[in-house]
Amino acid sequence: MSVDSLFPRLEPLLPLVRKPVQYVGGELHATVKDWDAAVVRWALMYPDAYEVGLPNQGLQILYEVLNEQPDVLAERTYSVWPDLEALMRAHDVPQFTVDAHRPVRSFDLLGVSFATELGYTNLLTALDLAGIPISAADRRDSDPLVVAGGHAAFNPEPIAAFIDAAVLGDGEQAVLAITDIVRGWKAAGCPDGRDGLLLALATSGVVYVPAFYDVSYLPDGRIHRVVPNRPGVPWRVSKHTVMDLDEWPYPKKPLVPLAETVHERYSVEIFRGCTRGCRFCQAGMITRPVRERSITTVGEMVQRGIAATGFEEVGLLSLSSADHSEIGEIAKGLADRYEGENVSLSLPSTRVDAFNITLANELSRNGRRSGLTFAPEGGSERMRQVINKMVSEDDLIRTVATAYGNGWRQVKLYFMCGLPTETDDDVLAIAGMARRVIATGREAAGRKDIRCTVSIGAFVPKPHTPFQWAAQLDHETVDRRLRALKGAITHDREFGRSIGVRYHDGKPSTIEGLLSRGDRRVSAVIRKVWENGQRFDGWSEYFSFDRWNDACTEVFDGQPVSLDWYTTRERVLSEVLPWDHLDAGLDKDWMWEDWQQALAGGEVDDCRWTPCYDCGVCPSLGTEIQVGPTGRSLLPLTPV
Amino acid sequence: MRVSRQPEGPPPPPVVQRLRVRYAKRDRLRFTSHRDFARAFERAIRRSGLPIGFSAGFSPHPKISYAGAAPTGVASEAEYLEIGLAEPRDPADVAAALDAALPPGLDILEVVDAADQPAGSLAERIEASYWRAVLPEVPAEELRTALDRVLACERVPIERPTKEGTRTVDVRATLVSATVVDGAPEAANPQVGDMNAGCATLDVVVRHSSPAVRPDDILMALRTIGALSTPVTPVVTRLAQGLIDQTSPEDARRLIDPLSEPSVSRG
Repeated sequence: MSVDSLFPRLEPLLPLVRKPVQYVGGELHATVKDWDAAVVRWALMYPDAYEVGLPNQGLQILYEVLNEQPDVLAERTYSVWPDLEALMRAHDVPQFTVDAHRPVRSFDLLGVSFATELGYTNLLTALDLAGIPISAADRRDSDPLVVAGGHAAFNPEPIAAFIDAAVLGDGEQAVLAITDIVRGWKAAGCPDGRDGLLLALATSGVVYVPAFYDVSYLPDGRIHRVVPNRPGVPWRVSKHTVMDLDEWPYPKKPLVPLAETVHERYSVEIFRGCTRGCRFCQAGMITRPVRERSITTVGEMVQRGIAATGFEEVGLLSLSSADHSEIGEIAKGLADRYEGENVSLSLPSTRVDAFNITLANELSRNGRRSGLTFAPEGGSERMRQVINKMVSEDDLIRTVATAYGNGWRQVKLYFMCGLPTETDDDVLAIAGMARRVIATGREAAGRKDIRCTVSIGAFVPKPHTPFQWAAQLDHETVDRRLRALKGAITHDREFGRSIGVRYHDGKPSTIEGLLSRGDRRVSAVIRKVWENGQRFDGWSEYFSFDRWNDACTEVFDGQPVSLDWYTTRERVLSEVLPWDHLDAGLDKDWMWEDWQQALAGGEVDDCRWTPCYDCGVCPSLGTEIQVGPTGRSLLPLTPV
Repeated sequence: MRVSRQPEGPPPPPVVQRLRVRYAKRDRLRFTSHRDFARAFERAIRRSGLPIGFSAGFSPHPKISYAGAAPTGVASEAEYLEIGLAEPRDPADVAAALDAALPPGLDILEVVDAADQPAGSLAERIEASYWRAVLPEVPAEELRTALDRVLACERVPIERPTKEGTRTVDVRATLVSATVVDGAPEAANPQVGDMNAGCATLDVVVRHSSPAVRPDDILMALRTIGALSTPVTPVVTRLAQGLIDQTSPEDARRLIDPLSEPSVSRG
């Protein structure tokens, strides 16, 4: 049965809203397929505003991978801002895709990518606008399956009530595996309806279906057990890992929007995974092992991507791009290729060493040298040992001196506040470090007008990391330490004017902490706070701590749990964590040992260059880290 | 060791040809803002491989200059810009290449070589806009009455919120001519509202001013001074820009296409 475009009903509303272009679609490389010719239809959602969601690599990759299948159709949908939401409700216009403006409820699957937990309330808005029951238990056979993915899906328990399934890990092969099962189920005449399909998906191990697990609790509020309630459903669900990135060179034809978005560049992931071992870093833990994309594939992707999009900037993405075994060759090869073409190259530079400056110089050969970014994360030597960010203050000062000496004018330093065992002095040490940076920088640059920006946010303990047991620091103490740091810097007569401090208050991080390490009982809080009007939690103008706090108080009334219980409480080894039945490949005993090592100030090396320390990922995936060098280089392009 | 960097290599090649472009913003792409269009146009130029000229320095900018821009949400058949090329190209080839590189809805209508045009900048050849507003579910008689009320006023101040606060523009002073048509002419493109329920069309010629009087201001004047009710958001299209043709009827002025002058031989 065909569906009509909602655009004629949406169009009269568009002149009444801010930035209407974000709702019209029509991006270069957007794909509109014949509805009736498709067997399996996916709506893919990024649960934030279009300007944030459109550039998301994950969603673009899945969109392309799915649409390459002849009998599969994939369209995109994003969160609508409250101004359009109000008009859609008043005029009865449901949640739509931007590609062909089809109603989201007509699709077979709604795949939602959660890069952060702050998109949970936006999921509820989209479901409600779409006419899909918010509670998964209330859905009928005609409703789409709601499938969560992205990093936050490694603990989907807080949204267990709202999703039908979750995918852990890399999505490229997983979406095709899900599609195969849906296709087969449809071909067989949809046996046992929605429940039959979910059971087929769950027993195959491709997805985690929360409804097929019962959670029981101890009188003190902790989890007693998580048990499958259907035969054939696995006790633990494992993550998906794409082993050869060269076989998946996506995005090939990235979307080029008409609207302005947060990233306006062609991005290539140069490797996936990270074994630096920073203990706070969820991304580094859950994406192991390291898998490099070869220099030749990177070169081909950049060449095709620039030609297909007209972007002026190429981003070389990964969790620590300077760690690619052939990054020097990649940077030089691309800089040579695009010399004089007004194409600029960038890489997120977080490694603090001189090699990074050489790279940055190469990449900016013909561009402005404005700012370089480093992430020491901790202000004191001791703090950096606790988090396993192995860089000494002398190394950092040497590095920034080189940067200023090479013509860079501004250095940005990233830190976290509220790390385990942190004291006031650890945070105040950041001021001292910034003073040394400016003093050394003025000498190296031979001028006074250099700047350093300190950017600091509150630490949130994340599932599947050695810090998953840690107590989160309360937001009052976070705010007090940040104010003290700000005061120490602004009152510095000699250097204060050259140092900027950027920080956000600690309250949003407390809620992020609740959503990160919460269990199924948090679903009721999300529902309540959403009913009370909460939307767009990642945006300070919409975030309301009081609304969240009130919802927690109301929902947890009479229960042994509370907002504090979920955030500032330290866990012990014997506690069943809400995500223990979800397998990121990491050995829990190893993580606990690493947590104990952290408390003792012990460090762990990167296993790419030193012996294995048994984190557990490689044996559980039956693989090894996959790094070069390949020994190949990028040849100059010959103009056609 | 004082550091002062300059871009390596020679400065960008000079502009050898200026082309004037007329383009349209149609259908759903009428919701692109001017910034959106500018970005899309620069990318289209890169994809098309045209030898666009660049400014010098660390952040070279392509040589593109725009002559005004229709407001976001307003369609247009008559937007203009000028580009500078570092190598000469046949204007017809440029038109085809740019149109192919732009999404449907942002359409290149005409490209001419500025050297073949009479002296004077593009801006000097544009003094007014011809706007067409289709008002769904509005009887033509009511629109006529409202328009007559506005035209009868000596001044029609309309307040408009801007970044710097509220500004007042006098709509009446810039209104050159206005006519009302029963129904929707064929040229009115979008299908908004229920056209069968009746609609009226307003054609107005508005002189450019600073601050500019926009179609929204005129509709606001019709609502406030003229007591007109518009149940469905009207759809506005800019049909032409140019100098006012003084030979056209005073109550229905026409505009002279700024690219319409016959070619002058460069002999």
